[in-house]
Amino acid sequence: MTIAIGHTARSRIVTRGLLFALPAILLMAVIYIIPVIVLMGFSLTDYSLGALNWRFVGLQNFVAAFKDPVFLRSLTNTALYAAIVIPAGVFLGLGVALLVHGRKASRGFWETAYFLPVTATLVAMATVWQFLLHPSLGPVNAAIKWFGFDPVSFLGNPALLIPTMALIGVWQILGFNMVLFLAGLTAIPQDLHEAARMDGARNPIDRFLTVTWPMLGPTTLFVVVTTSISAFKVFETVAVLTKGRSGSETLLYALYLEGFEYSNTGYAAALTLIFLAIVLILSIGQTVRMDRKVHY
Amino acid sequence: MTRKSIDLSGIRKSFGQTQVLADIDLQVREGEFLSLVGMSGCGKSTLLRIIAGLEMPDGGQVAIGGNDVTALDPSDRNLAMVFQSYALYPHMTVRQNIATPLRMRTLSLPARLPLVGRLLAPREARNRIAEAVNDAAEMLQIVHLLDRKPAQLSGGQRQRVALARALVRQPAAFLMDEPLSNLDAKLRAHMRDELAALHRRLGATFIYVTHDQVEAMTMSDRIALMIEGRIEQLGTPDELYRTPATLAVARFIGSPTINLLPAEVSPEGRLQVAGIETGLVTEPGPATLGIRAEDIHLAPEGIPARLIRTETHGADRYLTCQLATGDGQTIVLRQGASDPRPAHPQDKVHLRFAEGSAHVFGPDGRRRNHSHHRMVAA
Amino acid sequence: MRRFIPHILLAAGAAVMLLPFYWMILTSIRTPAEIFDISLWPVPDRFNGVENYGQAATSVPIARFMLNGVIVCSGILFVQVLTAVPAAYALAKLRFPGRRILMALVIAALCVPMQALALPLFVGLAQANLLNTYFAQMAPFFLSVFAIFLFRQSFRSYPDEIIEAARMDGFSEMEICWGLVLRGSLPSLAAFAIFSVVAHWNDLYWPMIVVSDTALAPPPLGMLLFSDAETGANYGALMAGATMITAPMIVCFVLARRHFIAGITMTGVK
Repeated sequence: MTIAIGHTARSRIVTRGLLFALPAILLMAVIYIIPVIVLMGFSLTDYSLGALNWRFVGLQNFVAAFKDPVFLRSLTNTALYAAIVIPAGVFLGLGVALLVHGRKASRGFWETAYFLPVTATLVAMATVWQFLLHPSLGPVNAAIKWFGFDPVSFLGNPALLIPTMALIGVWQILGFNMVLFLAGLTAIPQDLHEAARMDGARNPIDRFLTVTWPMLGPTTLFVVVTTSISAFKVFETVAVLTKGRSGSETLLYALYLEGFEYSNTGYAAALTLIFLAIVLILSIGQTVRMDRKVHY
Repeated sequence: MTRKSIDLSGIRKSFGQTQVLADIDLQVREGEFLSLVGMSGCGKSTLLRIIAGLEMPDGGQVAIGGNDVTALDPSDRNLAMVFQSYALYPHMTVRQNIATPLRMRTLSLPARLPLVGRLLAPREARNRIAEAVNDAAEMLQIVHLLDRKPAQLSGGQRQRVALARALVRQPAAFLMDEPLSNLDAKLRAHMRDELAALHRRLGATFIYVTHDQVEAMTMSDRIALMIEGRIEQLGTPDELYRTPATLAVARFIGSPTINLLPAEVSPEGRLQVAGIETGLVTEPGPATLGIRAEDIHLAPEGIPARLIRTETHGADRYLTCQLATGDGQTIVLRQGASDPRPAHPQDKVHLRFAEGSAHVFGPDGRRRNHSHHRMVAA
Repeated sequence: MRRFIPHILLAAGAAVMLLPFYWMILTSIRTPAEIFDISLWPVPDRFNGVENYGQAATSVPIARFMLNGVIVCSGILFVQVLTAVPAAYALAKLRFPGRRILMALVIAALCVPMQALALPLFVGLAQANLLNTYFAQMAPFFLSVFAIFLFRQSFRSYPDEIIEAARMDGFSEMEICWGLVLRGSLPSLAAFAIFSVVAHWNDLYWPMIVVSDTALAPPPLGMLLFSDAETGANYGALMAGATMITAPMIVCFVLARRHFIAGITMTGVK
């Protein structure tokens, strides 16, 4: 008798927990789980949106992807973009953080100045950059000419498209990385710097190498991971500046064209899975880090 | 209203593989101050939380005032609880904190909402709550703190607010989970007196969980001493002190800790410690002799020992002695400060104890009956 | 002298960082004739701001874009908080079967970028005839696994004893969740709100997929349409439009810098 009563009370508690989580569980199914399954299904078919019939094509889409010059080009473009943005974004972010960290009164000002591009709408700012880099109207080329060099056609010369967009990418992410590094720097105990000084690390570079850099290890790893994930998701600058002309597609832009402009749903699904695989590989490190803070 | 009996029968509880409570039966009488005492992990807090309804027992029954409440939510049991951390709502003022139990019981949900609630709550109900809050605050002398937030209070003040929140309504009983453990020693002693006085004044049922035997001994009508999920002994403080049912109880209750000496009982029933006859007679076999510090005295003759250390505690003096025979067992004895000063350290002394005050425990740890046939021999 | 080196370096860097903002605002108040003037002198020959901003506001519906942005961002944020808070509370403080699985799913979902789900979600919305609606713009973001994760971490530190005291006092579980526990996590809520609003105000990818009707475009998509239509014709008006679209986030950022930085850097998921 009492056991039965205890049971209903217990199941009431259980129901309450489920009820609280229910909206999230349903949305999780509709937004994540079902779409991922559907996506995998699409990738094995030649389905295109609006088509009446489709057939199962096995792994053909994936095979085609690695023979598709556009996709392969988008892959190399994205890799090149990342190869510029990751080192430049990380090391410039670190450098600025080190400089800002020592400031007392002016710290707020510098933080604001460098973080501003992170908050700004990238689409609008890319438009501004387009103007700034204009061969004849822009101040950047005016400055180049003033120094006596030939004007550079940043957004005309196909070879310069990806590097130019990468520079805008660095401009945008630098402040974000700076703030992450600042948090890492603040977490280093002052005693360690003092101990290093007592131990004879007299100049700042010695102190940086013996204390700061090793202590920033986890932060640096995190910054590298987040920077590379953002690099592989570059989209806005391409959409505004080049629209993929002269072979300047990036991964996400190629995917957008196939899936939403050309409606090659099945093929685009295969590309999406490749994109997802890259992002997942990159984010494993990050998740392990976050997971370590979780105790369930 | 605040005098309800609480009956527990067959309460069982496990967390995963670990059994925390094994078949607990306990009758708390109406108006009684009952302490649940034991070391951490003995299950006393879990038992209290089961009474409160915060934890569901795996089996058994909880009854308040004769009504089965096992399946009821905590809020439907009409119990008040004072938590170890006081659990004050951090965003509310002291006044709002104390008023909360009443607001929840007397106002409807819309009337409890912020802002609009003020308009919906009947004026009369609001006045009644304000009055009750003031009465509780006056009783605990915290009227001047009513408009502060918990973060602005000292530990002792928070404690009083938590008590006020508990007694602002008339609960069936008060449950307290180590309420004094976050206070410093002096304040703790003071609050002990206040709690005991509060209990006398309210005449309510109190169930008090503590690991501190002094708190339990000084305030309780009865003590339930718990060990490993069982109630080892239930009785008045005197009973637990004078006739501990087991070795574990004897060891837990009393300060300084009872002296426990390994003993041997000869086939004819004579109990010997370190080869010396004690004059006690009991069943043959190994045993443990327990003697409280105040039951041992220095004497011209008795068990030979050596004085090692003297500690003065104001009215009392503790002498630590080492037995001359056996494997050098130490014994603590208590003297009044006015007793003649003992010999110097390292001096030889003789110890005696009254047989009537000795406790004998068998190898199973249970108390054993004994008699005495003559005075301790030298 | 050595004391000034950091400042000089920082100032040089900051000049590059801020140049686009400066150029944007400067051009937005210049006349079309002055577009060819590459000087950075802040005072234009003739203040043309009124015309440029006027044109940007009338030739394309900038105000409409901004309104769309406000509707979409607030709708998303509202549902995100509404669904994430109870789920996070359940994960942090309640026991129910499948809790570990749900937590594992949340962490797994944290790694999945929205762009990877766009295709099936788009097909689904197209089948349901919901493209070109506010709902389509908001729906994929109704569940923020990041919010669940963040709030759960924050809720866990709320003292259990206060929750128990509240249960004994007769609070309903909903009141405990929204009235007590969430109240203890207001900084997290503020940070998340900023994160969410900034992310969706600036997002281009998803609106570009589901919106083709200009009247429903959020600011970034509107900006894209605007610059496509106007390139070369009137840089002044274009920059005025860019300024108007960027301004709300910039102004909020400068006013609440600390919260903004906390909100945006809480995650690498951008």
